[in-house]
Amino acid sequence: MSTPAIALNRFGLGAKPDELLPSNPKSWLLSQLDAYDPLPAPWKMQPRTTALLDTWLTQQRAARQAPEGERSGVREAYLRQGREAYVAAVGARTHSALQSNTPFVERLVHFWSNHFAVSTDKLLVVGLAGGFEADAIRPRVLGRFEDLLLAVVRHPTMLLYLDQAQSIGPRSLAASRAGGGGQQRPRGLNENLAREILELHTLGVRSGYTQNDVTEFARALTGWTLPGDESAAGSATFRFVAALHEPGDRVVLGRTYASGGEQQARSILHDLVTSPATALHIARKLARHFVADEPPAALVQRLADTFSRTDGDLPSLYRELVAAPEAWRPASAKFKSPWDWAISSQRALGRQELPPGQAINLMNQLGQPVWRPGSPAGYDDTAATWAAPDALLRRVEMAQRMATQAGDAVDARSLAPRVLPGAVSEATAGAIARAESGSTALALLLVSPEFLRR
Amino acid sequence: MSLDRRSFLGAAALITASPVLFAQAATERRFIFIIQRGAADGLNTVIPYAEPAYASARGALAIDASSALKLDGTFALHPSLTKLRDLYAAEQAMFFHAVASPYRDRSHFDGQNVLETGGAAPYQVKDGWMNRLVGLLPRTGKEAIAFSPAVPMALRGPVDVTTYTPSALPQANDDLMLRVEQLYAKDAQLHAIWSSALDARGMATGGMGGGAARQDSGALGKMAAGFLARADGPRIAMIETSGWDTHSGQNARLASQLKSLDGLIAGLHEGLGAVWSKTVILIATEFGRTVAANGTGGTDHGTAGAAMLIGGAVQGGRIVADWPGLKGSDLQEGRDLKPTLALDALISSACAQTFRLDTDRTAKMLFPSSGQPQAMQRLLRT
Repeated sequence: MSTPAIALNRFGLGAKPDELLPSNPKSWLLSQLDAYDPLPAPWKMQPRTTALLDTWLTQQRAARQAPEGERSGVREAYLRQGREAYVAAVGARTHSALQSNTPFVERLVHFWSNHFAVSTDKLLVVGLAGGFEADAIRPRVLGRFEDLLLAVVRHPTMLLYLDQAQSIGPRSLAASRAGGGGQQRPRGLNENLAREILELHTLGVRSGYTQNDVTEFARALTGWTLPGDESAAGSATFRFVAALHEPGDRVVLGRTYASGGEQQARSILHDLVTSPATALHIARKLARHFVADEPPAALVQRLADTFSRTDGDLPSLYRELVAAPEAWRPASAKFKSPWDWAISSQRALGRQELPPGQAINLMNQLGQPVWRPGSPAGYDDTAATWAAPDALLRRVEMAQRMATQAGDAVDARSLAPRVLPGAVSEATAGAIARAESGSTALALLLVSPEFLRR
Repeated sequence: MSLDRRSFLGAAALITASPVLFAQAATERRFIFIIQRGAADGLNTVIPYAEPAYASARGALAIDASSALKLDGTFALHPSLTKLRDLYAAEQAMFFHAVASPYRDRSHFDGQNVLETGGAAPYQVKDGWMNRLVGLLPRTGKEAIAFSPAVPMALRGPVDVTTYTPSALPQANDDLMLRVEQLYAKDAQLHAIWSSALDARGMATGGMGGGAARQDSGALGKMAAGFLARADGPRIAMIETSGWDTHSGQNARLASQLKSLDGLIAGLHEGLGAVWSKTVILIATEFGRTVAANGTGGTDHGTAGAAMLIGGAVQGGRIVADWPGLKGSDLQEGRDLKPTLALDALISSACAQTFRLDTDRTAKMLFPSSGQPQAMQRLLRT
């Protein structure tokens, strides 16, 4: 691929037909770091986390107050409402991606949202997933990693998804009260969030932490929960409840953290961020996303060094990436994920909007439902996952459908060099020229080897 | 996807992108234009079996005279076209040979643009001749209807055409599948994945078409007929068929394509019922294919081809051809069937007679830049 094509496709979300070619691809990418809008028009119309949380808390209260036989009805009503919020939020995400003039940063939003994945197969998360991306991820992709991590861990969606909201210190005030009162609420320590922070968000799996580190970290995190449902939440979306907190010092990865309430887990998080393992983990994932499934070791090391040197300043990492010769190799090593492919296809066709229901169906059919990776590990970022026979058939089928909808209003012969400047192979140009109809030509462009990769 | 891939591929290319487009006008007559996108091979559809050069030029691709469905002492239909043979015998089908639009180059896009706009050159005219035809007819209170995700060029223009797509319309088509296969031929990763996908689905190139194609195209025909048969329904329709670009493996593919086309006509016939007697169906393609077979069991882009008029209103049982011959010296540029009949004249004459419009005025509106094409008389029963 040519450098403009790399900037548009490997770093961006695919060219739009009316887009001017970046004359200086690198500065075009870097200028986006200044032009990015964390809350573009499609997201502005969405309810914020405070409102979504209020709905959740209201439901909790209603369920508690409802007679036994009516609780499931309350829950169903909440899930229905959550489904509507999900549909609208997928629409906002899709429209942002289709309309964005800062597609490099938009791609980074998708990257971090997947790094800190929540999954709507946990039903209570369905209505809250959009708020998580809008309020935890979007405002912080150009800040420090630690701030991003903290926003994620304190966000109600993550607190609920990884069960932190219910975690209680076994020797906390609340636990001893509950035990004394003979209540039948067998709640205690939940290690889920602590484990995933270590394994997925920061250090990375098999980086040397032990089960004891997980348990100790989980104890330190007790008390990190949602605002109380008895009070109107107001603007708060997080609360530290001292009564739930496990008292005492904690030892994580050989370091002792003195008892100190909320600050205890914050100190652990801070140290996790400064660990070389975290720098390497993040460096490897970023390089994998932008360069190759097995990224060059030298690049990974440079990124890790930058991460450590700058205390996890994310824009510094992005600049290192843009400056890296490894990222500008002409061969496209990355096979587009279904999301990448769908968005770049729609952008190529000049679509500004897609009915949210259609976007949801499209992603379900392509095998990458939005915010539903099925696990906190998020979607895999390698060709082995996406370049599969049935998946490819579905793309061909979808390409045909999109092309038929576009009709011959779009001429693939002139579109191809605009969305893949200097990167259309002879084979593809020939196939497009020989196609028996305008829509077949367009479908062939969308499933051509160079359009399937970036 | 809930779509059953077997049945949807079995539907063959005909169904694939087979949007049906309708427009309504105050007349009892129905006019349906079936476009064959991809340059259908006229020589193996309406076969000049008595022409000695046919078998020698076509070699293995020549349809054996003993299996072809003979129409007269010169021409025969492809064995797949049994319904058309019956309609010909009933004097409700009429074939035209060595026919071509004014377009003389060999690009599908450009050729289809000329065929659909009615211009003399690609992109010269901005709207479609069918849309201009609707404009010539008296209006009723009802808005025109179109069945399709997108309005094809032939129906585009100032007169409104509403669109409707049957939601179950299968979308991918054999032609696209074959082209994708070729496109991935030199890409090791994609070629392997694609081959495995085709194997897994049991739909390798050889096993397509067959009975299912005919059945599904028949269903499409009946569905379209359901709209056209209504007294308050549309009077003008367009059906798009694709998959005619047979550069390789032509015999099996064309057999399947023609079977689908035959099934489509059968479905229309059955579904239209009493309205069949008021129906005119025109079938045409952007250009024909080379006289000689190529090196890959197919034929390449040519010039003249075959067209058809079918329906209860057609004065059929005839073949119209000023036969140019197939010897080397007879051919257009030494390779193609030479055009001796103007497709423009056929279309404008058929439209004028269907809706009882003035012949000259219709020709000028539909094909403004093709001069004064020789009108063709008595295509229809009066």
